Amino acid sequence: MTAVSLKGISKQFHAGVTALEGIELDVEPGEFVSLIGPSGCGKSTLLRIIGDLTKPTAGTVQVNGKPAERARRDHDYGIVFQDAVLYDWRTVAKNISLPLELLHWNRGRRNARVKEMMDLVELTGFESHHPWQLSGGMQQRVSIARALSFSPTLLLMDEPFGALDEMTRERLNTELLRIWQETGSTVVFVTHSIPEAVFLSTRVVVMSARPGRVAGVVDVDLPQPRTSTTREEPRFFELVTRVREQLAAAGAPLGETQEPALVEDAS
Amino acid sequence: MSTIVQPVPRKVGRRIGRTALDWLPAVAVFAIGIGAWQGLVTAFHVQEFLLPKPTAIGDAFWTQKSALWSQGIYTFKEALGGYALGSGLGILVALLFAAWRPLAGAFMPYAVAANAIPIIAFAPIMNNWFGLLNPFSKMAIAAVLCFFPVMINTLRGLTSVHPSSIELMQSYAAGRLSLFRRVRIPNALPHMFTGLKVATVLSMIGAIVGEYFGGPIEALGVKILNDSSYGNFTDAWAGIVMASLLGIVFYAVVALAERLTTSWHPSARAFHTE
Repeated sequence: MTAVSLKGISKQFHAGVTALEGIELDVEPGEFVSLIGPSGCGKSTLLRIIGDLTKPTAGTVQVNGKPAERARRDHDYGIVFQDAVLYDWRTVAKNISLPLELLHWNRGRRNARVKEMMDLVELTGFESHHPWQLSGGMQQRVSIARALSFSPTLLLMDEPFGALDEMTRERLNTELLRIWQETGSTVVFVTHSIPEAVFLSTRVVVMSARPGRVAGVVDVDLPQPRTSTTREEPRFFELVTRVREQLAAAGAPLGETQEPALVEDAS
Repeated sequence: MSTIVQPVPRKVGRRIGRTALDWLPAVAVFAIGIGAWQGLVTAFHVQEFLLPKPTAIGDAFWTQKSALWSQGIYTFKEALGGYALGSGLGILVALLFAAWRPLAGAFMPYAVAANAIPIIAFAPIMNNWFGLLNPFSKMAIAAVLCFFPVMINTLRGLTSVHPSSIELMQSYAAGRLSLFRRVRIPNALPHMFTGLKVATVLSMIGAIVGEYFGGPIEALGVKILNDSSYGNFTDAWAGIVMASLLGIVFYAVVALAERLTTSWHPSARAFHTE
């Protein structure tokens, strides 16, 4: 069964701006798909459509063979935003167990899972800290642990490392790949960074500027597991170049792709 | 990857020493202020009815302490009743407004208008409604004063939730009740306490203002008024000191409750990391 199936997705905002047009995309279970494109190409909007946080103007979204809303109600996906979106009044452990509380897991089961998750994101020892006592990178790891805590089949990530420095970002990239392989979940990942997209993905979907369309797809055949040396391989540079060329062909000014979009696709 | 930051150990012992040190400037300012007052009144032979010496006020306070205490407690009970009523209603209305926005649209202008009522004009009416000697007349005045700051601050806290916080809850298919319980209400707590702290002092003011327009002889406001009309200004000042002390203690108790319930708030970070 296809993890995500998008057919003829279009999105228009009230102001008459067409954010997305005719998006066709299938994501198979276990894939790691990145959406990359210039600022304002609607990639975050597309992610939010997959997650049923906003409705498309036209087209259908199927997640695990169900309409997106059904999938959301079934807790089929975990989401990670650019900001960690942690609740200050909850400790790290309680932030991670939030979705478990909503799923009515009992305390014993919750605590066991939180412990597992803390190990997974290597934050053991910080259970009783509050979010603002952690660095940005650590906060984002808590956010990832929370998204994975209830073992959703689909992980939606909206520029999760966009606000982090390059070194932290590369470290978390490696860590995310390890987690992805351990959990076997499907990931849809929005990013501005070409190297990040190539390093992480099994497939990179290149999007054109507004209205956002799928301009091309690059299959990433780099071997797993990927490590820091992957970034030094000739094949890595070839793929980075190919994505860059596709972005250029799609009409993206090259300088723009690395810039963080602060209010992209506000809906 | 390697864990680069170790958990921060908390040094509880140092906290007490720090707090004492934190208070030092305030205590010094108090001592200097009282000293200057005493010195200036003595040096310029200021008449007692204009401004008594702090030592004279202290004397009057000490000799009348048991009467002042019982009068103070009487008034404080009125203030507390009004506080509970006004703040409780303020929190309730804020919850209703946050839960149902059209309600806020319809009633908010009137809440603002109610806040604009000059409380001095309102006091005699309350005395008339509920009876001069009925403590409820003073509670009503205190309640009216407390309502608005608590309501407006709580409402702000309930509604100033970051959109992604709400989207996160949506992604878990959480219901409205869950959103309130797990996000909106905790988010509102620091704001609510801002209102609740302001309201402590307002409730004392409300009770005393109410008593100025008539009340039983055992009330502190009536005592201050009587002392002033008979020219016993030193005694009136002693009454004011008692009213202020009660107000300060009330404020401090609510501030403590805030510390205990919102210790997670970043504004309390000194308590975690030092």
